[in-house]
Amino acid sequence: METALAILIGLFFTVAIYLLLSRSLIRMLLGIAILGNAVNLLIFTVGRVTREVPPIVPEGEYQPLEAIANPLPQALILTAIVIGFSLFAFLLVLTYRAYQELNADNTDTMRVAEPDDSPRPPLSY
Amino acid sequence: MASSAATPKDLPPAMLDVATSAADWVIVWPIALPMVGAAILLMLRNRTEWQAPFSFAILIATLLANFSLLQTVFAKGPLTMTMGDWLPPFGISFTADALGALFALVSTVVMLVVVLFVQSEVEARETKYGYHPLMLILLTGVSGAFLTGDLFNLYVWFEVMLIASFGLMVIGGRKIQLDAAIKYGFINFLATTFFLIGIAYLYGLVGTLNMADIMVKAPLVENGAIASVAALFFLAFAMKAAAFPVNSWLPASYHAPDPAVSALFAGLLTKVGVYALLRVHLMLIPQSHGQLQILIMAVAVFTLVLAPLGALAQTNARRALGFLVMGGIGAMMAGLAFGSSRGILGASLYAVHSMLTMTALYLTVGLVERMGGTSDIRHLGGLYRASSPLSILFLVLVFAAAGLPPFLGFWPKLVLVQSGIELTLAENSLAVHQWWVVGALLLNSILTSIAGSRLWAHIFWRNGREGRQSEMPNDRIKMLDRRGTRWGLWPTAALVALIVAIGLWPSMYIRAGIESANDVTRSSGDYVTSVFGERTQ
Repeated sequence: METALAILIGLFFTVAIYLLLSRSLIRMLLGIAILGNAVNLLIFTVGRVTREVPPIVPEGEYQPLEAIANPLPQALILTAIVIGFSLFAFLLVLTYRAYQELNADNTDTMRVAEPDDSPRPPLSY
Repeated sequence: MASSAATPKDLPPAMLDVATSAADWVIVWPIALPMVGAAILLMLRNRTEWQAPFSFAILIATLLANFSLLQTVFAKGPLTMTMGDWLPPFGISFTADALGALFALVSTVVMLVVVLFVQSEVEARETKYGYHPLMLILLTGVSGAFLTGDLFNLYVWFEVMLIASFGLMVIGGRKIQLDAAIKYGFINFLATTFFLIGIAYLYGLVGTLNMADIMVKAPLVENGAIASVAALFFLAFAMKAAAFPVNSWLPASYHAPDPAVSALFAGLLTKVGVYALLRVHLMLIPQSHGQLQILIMAVAVFTLVLAPLGALAQTNARRALGFLVMGGIGAMMAGLAFGSSRGILGASLYAVHSMLTMTALYLTVGLVERMGGTSDIRHLGGLYRASSPLSILFLVLVFAAAGLPPFLGFWPKLVLVQSGIELTLAENSLAVHQWWVVGALLLNSILTSIAGSRLWAHIFWRNGREGRQSEMPNDRIKMLDRRGTRWGLWPTAALVALIVAIGLWPSMYIRAGIESANDVTRSSGDYVTSVFGERTQ
């Protein structure tokens, strides 16, 4: 199971990095979304994939009686999903606004902050 | 995970049975106060006239909390509070040692000055869109990152900081801000994602996320695995800190927002990256430091030398300052590369200096922009005649940034160079590389003073604008109005006075730095004891 998940995670990372290397902002956004999923799967897998027994202590006991699933990675992933989703939503809106204002979704043509033909520094002093 | 048939008697108590003493609550106030303040301000967003006074009051309270936290930490050593009363590896701990408490205090000072400065420039429209709440949330994220004792929690604070900085970056909505926010946003989101990948692998290796617990358990894991995780952390935090090969987002974005926001970013954000580097590489997984040392040295040398050269090539004053911020990051990287107790002392002192000086520099240039109407040094000039106090402030800050003797930047540079020479003279296979770092530190001072004084000469010393009119008085200068002087010039002057005072009487500053370095190097003792109590040791 771990091997299959590891291969899937590797595939996700490959796709995400390929998309992130693109000049188009929409592709980069897709890359960010896939990257987030790759990381979530990674956290799930490094937490060790164990039996599907819910981590619940039976009544009257002080600890579970048999091997249980590791609950911590799920808590981490839940947090990471929430954070990743909100930042993705922000970036999506930002990209749309930038498209409206700058009329560009290509990073090569977004040169307002760093003008392409920036003048040479003055030679005096 | 697997449980045996242990009898309830053998189970360790899973809950803390003693309540945290009232005095120890001081550790959450620097985080809780700005967070609650931001929430209240958000609800009051239509009362624009209340925003600034309330935000100021919250910051004063936060400053007092930070003072008392730092005092407690100096007196009693690292302080821990664990949430929800679960015993430390399970409950999320906040652990303040001298390093974190010192940085949190300085960040609050910086924020206080910036909130005053904002009064001189922001229009009511921007106040309505949540300028003040965002700044308080930014401070929450920064303080949380400095004070947390849990690695995943550190990631969460990074994201809190990030989302607040996104908001501040685009508030106002000018084209240049959107452009800069795209670059800043994507690269920083990517950096925190790399950090999260590092956390995942480290959790897979050591099975815990509590920093003190990692310190105990990481030495038991195979060194090669830890070193690859450390490399991932280094990439993530170097991106955050804008060290050499992953730095180009900083000069592309820091000049876009309002001067006050740039000042805040320059003062706080990159330093959180440096803090995380010190914390993770020298405290949590120090065994991997040896393998990465050469890499960190190369990064330090390139950052130290290339950053001020970049500043020399700029015509935009604020972009030039962005490069000077990066030069400081190179110096802190040098301290990290040395890794000795004195190196950590130098890095933490430099971080404090950089927070104060870089904020003040950006604020000064903000005033220059308001007077000259532009930040392009070709169209500035003659400001010495218009405002000599401003020119003095700027020159003092340039000297401080370059590390010239009576000013603040001198002391951390001195400690860093000393620690480098000390290491090279000791029996050591890396001596040649360390000489390179020492040389780069000195070269950085020279280049920074050239770049800085060139800015000064163009903005203040030259009579008029570039070209034929350069000998004629600059006719485009607008004098600062009363609001600009009261809320713009005076807070900046107060910050510069603080910088000069610390530079002239550095004993408290150095002492605080020594305490921080001690807490980092003795971490396996005091820090861990603070979290777990005496039982485990």
